[in-house]
Amino acid sequence: MGGTQLKKSGMSVGAKQKAAGWGFLIVASAMIVVFSFWPMVSALITSFKTGSAANMKWADPVVFNYTRMFKDKVFMTSVGNTFLYLIIQVPIMLIVAILLAQLLNNKDLKLRGFFRTCIFLPCAVSLVSYSLIFRSLFATQGLINTILMNLHLINENINWLGQTGTARFVIILALVWRWTGYNMVFYLAGLQNIEYSVYEAAKIDGANGWKTFWHVTVPLLRPVIIMTFIMSINGTLQLFDESVNLTSGGPAGTTMTMSHYIYNNAFGTGVANFGYASAMSFFVFIIVAILAVINLKVGDTRD
Amino acid sequence: MTEKKTKIKGNMIQRRLIPSYIFLSIVAFFSVFPLYWMITAATNTTVDVARGKIWFGTYAAENFKNLVANTNLWRSMGNSFLYAIVQTLLCLFVCSLAGYGFELYHDKGKDILFAILLMAMMIPGVATMIPLFTMMSKVHLLDTVWGFVLPAISTPFMIMMFRQNSRNFPPDIMEAARIDGLSELSIFFRMYMPVMKSTYAAAAVITFMNAWNSYLWPRVVLRKNEAQTMPILIANLANGYTVDYGMLMMGVLFSTMPTIIIFFVLQKQFAEGITGAVK
Repeated sequence: MGGTQLKKSGMSVGAKQKAAGWGFLIVASAMIVVFSFWPMVSALITSFKTGSAANMKWADPVVFNYTRMFKDKVFMTSVGNTFLYLIIQVPIMLIVAILLAQLLNNKDLKLRGFFRTCIFLPCAVSLVSYSLIFRSLFATQGLINTILMNLHLINENINWLGQTGTARFVIILALVWRWTGYNMVFYLAGLQNIEYSVYEAAKIDGANGWKTFWHVTVPLLRPVIIMTFIMSINGTLQLFDESVNLTSGGPAGTTMTMSHYIYNNAFGTGVANFGYASAMSFFVFIIVAILAVINLKVGDTRD
Repeated sequence: MTEKKTKIKGNMIQRRLIPSYIFLSIVAFFSVFPLYWMITAATNTTVDVARGKIWFGTYAAENFKNLVANTNLWRSMGNSFLYAIVQTLLCLFVCSLAGYGFELYHDKGKDILFAILLMAMMIPGVATMIPLFTMMSKVHLLDTVWGFVLPAISTPFMIMMFRQNSRNFPPDIMEAARIDGLSELSIFFRMYMPVMKSTYAAAAVITFMNAWNSYLWPRVVLRKNEAQTMPILIANLANGYTVDYGMLMMGVLFSTMPTIIIFFVLQKQFAEGITGAVK
């Protein structure tokens, strides 16, 4: 009896319910269209224009901004930098993060909570803050140089942020510091979903710790690994705060990231080159999209 | 006897874990040290900081005085709190409503719409910043709280998080509430919201932190000094010709304190918030 009643009342208000469902999600959806999709279309249109912000006209030829960026040495350097950070930092960070998660997932380990909190702590610090902390630590008259001098490892202060190679090294180091714990949290969550019995079984089969890690943990964590990989790529391609605040893009723009250069073109002092900046930002978008699709494809193949 | 045996076994396990302890201690040390150093530097003179002093000094009050004298500290703190709180409240409301709608009223049309919205995750902030700047300047929202929060209220990440977590919400409750004569909206307010408390907590922590820490968009939309946030304030401090490291680190400390406190008090929710959309 209850069932028929339910059905009846459901039928009579079915349309109402449907409308309510749409009503609930319409505000959020509209806002994403207005503040994400529409700006993207708008950026595409702007990318075919030249002139300063106030009076823009169609570029001649229309793809002028796009051909320009491939000849722009500074932009190409920023693309190279971004990929350098990506290729070196992301694998190191993710491997260390998995390793830490694996160690912390051991039930026999004491002080687990303490270690986890410490390693996770850098996530509580804003990107600007940690950039400034690293910048101060690695200043020519900074703590790192003082320590190295006292240990007699160097004879004179290293100008860490004044040389291309060392400046890039500091950025990568800072990134690893800030994001390893973040990714570890994902892996810890993923590991908690793996039944303990799986490990027992592996032990009975005679697999040692390393073998278990490669043949049990990593395959089971695969979806999480792919997700962290996509997120890291996405984040690295959009690096901005670190480039601006840690090295100021220097020396001579050699550590600048794509987002930093784009920002400078659009809102730097005395420039408002919206057309060119939009074209470059579209380039970033396309790379992000391509890499995300590749990653998802790789993640989809089930063996 | 068995007790003894297990004790011996336990000792052996602990002994085998020694390399783990060493490795974890080293990583933990390096994770915490820069923050520890930031706090000590805030209590030292810039000369002591440069000299490599890593213990607390007595210059904290002086650094603080200089910071207040040279910057808009209280105004920026107030702005940061205002923007972050407004953004958190609106984001939670709008995105939870959407997540609820997408999951509990789902049909083919809504699923397609959801898939389309997810694509917005790939859009880089640097690509939307110019059109959004133009938009905000046209409607005179530059340098306002609305200019800051509007683009960040509805995010695919948050909608997805609420949608995923809504799976735990029993549809039976909805049916029962309907029979009791509750409207669809009051079901959301009276049934859904209380049940989803822990999701709201996790979402609030992560949204607040993101808003507090954001830097690119505020730099674009907040042009005036009076509208600036803490990250902008400390970034400007470091751009002077000579940097007073003691004062700078005092500024960094102020900018970091709220998020560190949240981290320690709500670490579980923070971790859940980060991983929230993946389940």
